[in-house]
Amino acid sequence: MKKPEMKKLLESIAVPVLAVLIALLISGFIILAIGKNPIKAYGVLLHGAFGSKQAIIDTLIKTTPLILTGLAVGFGFRAGVFNIGAEGQMAMGALMAATFASNFGGLPPAVAIPLTMLIGMGAGAGWAAIAGFLKAKTGAHEVVTTIMLNWITTYVASFMVTGPLATGSGTPKSPEIAQSAQLPILMRVGAMELSAGILISIAAAVFMYVFLNKTTTGYEIKAVGFNPYAAEYGGISVAKNVVLAMAISGALAGLAGVTELMGVHHRFLGELSGGKGFDGISIALIGQNNPIGIIFAALLIGALRTGSNEMQFMGVSKYIVIIVQGIVIFLVAADRIVKAIYARKKVKE
Amino acid sequence: MRVLTAILSIFVNPQFYKIALTAATPLIFASLGGVFSEITGVVNIALEGIILMGAFTSVVFTYLTGNVWFGVLMAIVSGILLALLHAWGSIKWAGNQVVLGTAIILLSQGLTGFLMEPIFGQPGQTDFVGKVDEITIPGLVDIPFLGQVIGEISPFVYIAFGCVAFGWWLIYKTKLGLRMRSVGENPEAADTLGVNVYAIRYFGVIMSGVFASLAGAYLSVGEIGQFKELMSGGRGFIGLAAMIIGKWNPVGAMLASLFFGLFGAFSNQLQSLQEITVAANVKSLFDTIPFVLTIIVVAGFVGKSRPPAADGVPYEKSE
Repeated sequence: MKKPEMKKLLESIAVPVLAVLIALLISGFIILAIGKNPIKAYGVLLHGAFGSKQAIIDTLIKTTPLILTGLAVGFGFRAGVFNIGAEGQMAMGALMAATFASNFGGLPPAVAIPLTMLIGMGAGAGWAAIAGFLKAKTGAHEVVTTIMLNWITTYVASFMVTGPLATGSGTPKSPEIAQSAQLPILMRVGAMELSAGILISIAAAVFMYVFLNKTTTGYEIKAVGFNPYAAEYGGISVAKNVVLAMAISGALAGLAGVTELMGVHHRFLGELSGGKGFDGISIALIGQNNPIGIIFAALLIGALRTGSNEMQFMGVSKYIVIIVQGIVIFLVAADRIVKAIYARKKVKE
Repeated sequence: MRVLTAILSIFVNPQFYKIALTAATPLIFASLGGVFSEITGVVNIALEGIILMGAFTSVVFTYLTGNVWFGVLMAIVSGILLALLHAWGSIKWAGNQVVLGTAIILLSQGLTGFLMEPIFGQPGQTDFVGKVDEITIPGLVDIPFLGQVIGEISPFVYIAFGCVAFGWWLIYKTKLGLRMRSVGENPEAADTLGVNVYAIRYFGVIMSGVFASLAGAYLSVGEIGQFKELMSGGRGFIGLAAMIIGKWNPVGAMLASLFFGLFGAFSNQLQSLQEITVAANVKSLFDTIPFVLTIIVVAGFVGKSRPPAADGVPYEKSE
């Protein structure tokens, strides 16, 4: 790598890394405020995320969908749309895939697996495209429409698992998807099963990297995101690209839902993912909307999520992870704060 | 026919209008908050988080002091603090306002969830801590029908309408209001004329925090006397939709909120009709109505309803 390129890379990493450190510091004071030892808490968190083989597998399982929701939101940012509805698109993808994939018993895995993935991606894409279409046609802001679509998904999902898809007694759930539609297991430690979903996620990140940087469509979408007026002037249809961008973003979120369905739960449980779509926002911002950066950012959030479960046992709520994310998002959005701190430090040196 | 009569009977029941009013109340506060922030040029989706924090803070301080109104006051303080944070990131540091708003929503969700156990000893929801009693308006309560709707109702309903009147007066009848609107439309011109763009924007955002926190206080100590996780339930966003439909005007936003309230009450009453015999899970589909409606009206009204020209654009003084 040439020297100026290296410097640029370092600078783009500096903001998110500093933001995460500041967020952990502030959250440490919050932990201190409820009378717990933050250093001990973070130690437990680290141990819970990476302290054993089982912990590492768990972290990777949690990272799998996060890479995809991070890609969904990050790609949206590159295209100039803020997809805050990855949560709903994920559930919609899993719901639709679950509806069909319980009947795929007769199909060989080579057909059933890609077919199930396609259904999930299609459902996520379609659900997000509603918001894209409304933005392009009427100017309705995608943040409002995708949030509303999230709420609609919540009720539709609970309707489906207590109605048409309901199986057995106890907690509402869909039937199990066919064995042939389940992702192969890469590694088993105790009760933890790491599915091939992690490979799908990483492949998706590489694919998105190539798509954004090496294809004409990728270039057009980026141009619209960078400056819609200039793009329109240059003969690129903004409306078409907004719909397309939302659809691709939704497909990635749908894929996140499907990897959870095919690799982890094997059923649709009728609930939204409990924040994986919103995690995608912090992941995209930490990863600076770069698909490769997003892989590492997802690993960080996945580790925080996994480790915080163990931290709960010492009386520190796992909600601290949400607080950390809130602070990180704030600092990356107003990145001049971080740059100002960074600059002041440099002057002192 | 029997079903139709039952549905029509909803509309002659004063209880229906009372439910509609109380459902509209938090939306009126939220949409008014949206108006105050956005007419000065700062997009504020943080409302959703400020509502949640207001609901939590009022319950915490009611629980600690036993005084509900002190709880409400502290909710307003929490709203001002969160709004200040949003204003600081948006105005001083020129951050992306929508992303900053998301950060504040997450902060609120994180902080309220995190503090549940240390304060109340349990996650999820608190016990009943006390609530603001309904007030009875003498004279009014004896009027048939109308008295049953607004004669005996939460004081928050009256406070909400008072805030709308105050907001309309401030924005359209005072010098400060003119400055707020000019800063949202053309900050450069306002700056040239000696208006302090930053100060006016801080004021708008802080006021939005005051109103949104009242929405939260109403949801918890105003209505049920307890806090439940994520109880803001999308109202910040529906409030923003009401603001758009109401064309960034306090009175318009109030009317749109009432419209949402009527629909909410209608779907609520529809679900409790014995004449409609459908499975319980189908009735839950009625719960999607306000959200579907929001999408439809937002899509139908923007374009026809124009935001302030500098809405969402950070202002930076040129040298």
